[in-house]
Amino acid sequence: MKVDRATVQHIARLARITVSDDEAARFEGELSGIIEWVEQLEEVDTDGVEPMTRVVEMAMTQRDDEVNDGGIADDIVANAPEKADHFFVVPKVVE
Amino acid sequence: MSDLTDLTIAEASKALSSKEISSLELTQAHLEAIGSANTALNAFVLTADEQAIEMAKASDARLTKGEGGVLEGIPIGVKDLFCTRGVRTTACSNILDGFTPTYESRVTANLWDAGAVMLGKLSCDEFAMGSSTETSCFGPCINPWRRSGTADKLVPGGSSGGSSTAVAARLCLAATATDTGGSIRQPAALTGTVGLKPTYGRCSRWGIVAFASSLDQAGPITRSVTDAAIMLSAMAGYDRRDTTSVDLPVPDYCAGLDEGIKGLKVGIPAEYRVEGMGAEVDALWQQGIEWAKQAGAEIREVSLPHTKYALPAYYIVAPAEASSNLARYDGVRYGLRVPGSDVIEMYQNTRAAGFGSEVKRRVLIGTYVLSAGYYDAYYLKAQKVRALIKRDFDRAFEDVDVLLTPTTPSPAFALGEKSGDPVEMYLNDILTVTVNMAGLPAVSIPAGLSGEGTPLGLQLIANAFDETTLLRAARALEEAAGPQPAPENWWSTTP
Repeated sequence: MKVDRATVQHIARLARITVSDDEAARFEGELSGIIEWVEQLEEVDTDGVEPMTRVVEMAMTQRDDEVNDGGIADDIVANAPEKADHFFVVPKVVE
Repeated sequence: MSDLTDLTIAEASKALSSKEISSLELTQAHLEAIGSANTALNAFVLTADEQAIEMAKASDARLTKGEGGVLEGIPIGVKDLFCTRGVRTTACSNILDGFTPTYESRVTANLWDAGAVMLGKLSCDEFAMGSSTETSCFGPCINPWRRSGTADKLVPGGSSGGSSTAVAARLCLAATATDTGGSIRQPAALTGTVGLKPTYGRCSRWGIVAFASSLDQAGPITRSVTDAAIMLSAMAGYDRRDTTSVDLPVPDYCAGLDEGIKGLKVGIPAEYRVEGMGAEVDALWQQGIEWAKQAGAEIREVSLPHTKYALPAYYIVAPAEASSNLARYDGVRYGLRVPGSDVIEMYQNTRAAGFGSEVKRRVLIGTYVLSAGYYDAYYLKAQKVRALIKRDFDRAFEDVDVLLTPTTPSPAFALGEKSGDPVEMYLNDILTVTVNMAGLPAVSIPAGLSGEGTPLGLQLIANAFDETTLLRAARALEEAAGPQPAPENWWSTTP
């Protein structure tokens, strides 16, 4: 399937990446090329095949429902571009 | 004593235990080698000189008391994808500009517990997305190997190109790396080093910058199979903080390493003779088969019919998982922030400025294949194909112990040679990516030189969690191939 310019801009919005017109023009060709190439999978008969969901058969482990970490607020915000005390600061979200 | 930077881990450990050398001498020799090489090779994106000296002194103190782990005093490099406490970690992306973790990845923590010394952080493709290390935000890394009689700059493979370069150029005794579609084995093949990708779940992914979570696996790049076994022994192990880490005992990978390949059944998958594979690569493969036969292995033809679909399926699964994993880079909690008029525009501007083209391409592909109406057609289909690829391997391993294939279809290529067309770059991983799709362990060993005078690798693949047989077979082929040449040193600024 061809990925047209409008689709590039649509998925760029979904992915929260600003894409300039020049970039969109380039991605249009590149993404179409990649998508058309992966579409060769259509020729594989997968009727009745269960999708692979894990590499190794094993039961998911469960831990006790107890707090085993925490008290590291300084560490959590240490790399924040903007912070106030132990809060991340972002542009105003709610009017 | 031969040159300190030419030692293998096994040799260096022996010399350290017998007090013939100290870790401080060994570490300083490597820091000097890095200092005189890095302008030309660009392998290290950061050196941790002071920390390395401190770690080496602490190792020497333990060695003096007759204590220490399996890597005591051994200086290594760390791919910049592993979070290192207090040491900048960027995944070679501008979006993680200045990120300094307050925690240590499980794998590197295991290595420091075993006594290893950290020299610094190694370059890679941005977020490990690439096969040439040309997408690193620190600029391309250069292969220490050159084509005979030329000074053209060749790529060291990728994504772990800093790791492969540093090990090949004797800038560290070993390096950590990660492999999502071939990122340990392909750079190892292109630089004449040993690259081991363990079974998915063997090493913890905790604290490693995530690319495609169902495929990513950490492993070592070294200069010998024995060294790979030593490194894996220290890196592997269960970790409750990684829910896909497997709770199995870690065997002693060095025991039985020299038992040889006699009596093992070696499978040769016909489907790996891919279009565009060089004649000399095919000849090397035949040579490898001959070596195995002469060493007493039984050779069997096997069929892995879905091989050709592994790469296109990978380019659905990996970008899909990447687009989800990379959603966390939003300019709020760490790394780069580019202001905007509101919070959404801030996200969009940050991600536009912080991600390079290849990362954007993959995030967009991933977003597309996961978007409304396309999930079944792409992602679900790819996961079904993946189940068929795994089934092919399961059937093959009913008859054979290991599989033998080339690692790459061709030797190292020049900078810029394949960066024009994404699909052409992706085809580099055609012989390695199947293993990630099935979660299996595999290793690339240097097996000879191309007509251009650059290294070529052979790949061995084993059944899940059978690294022991894998390494034993690799050791036998390494022995049969004989000593491999080192690249001629053109990069040092000091003689």
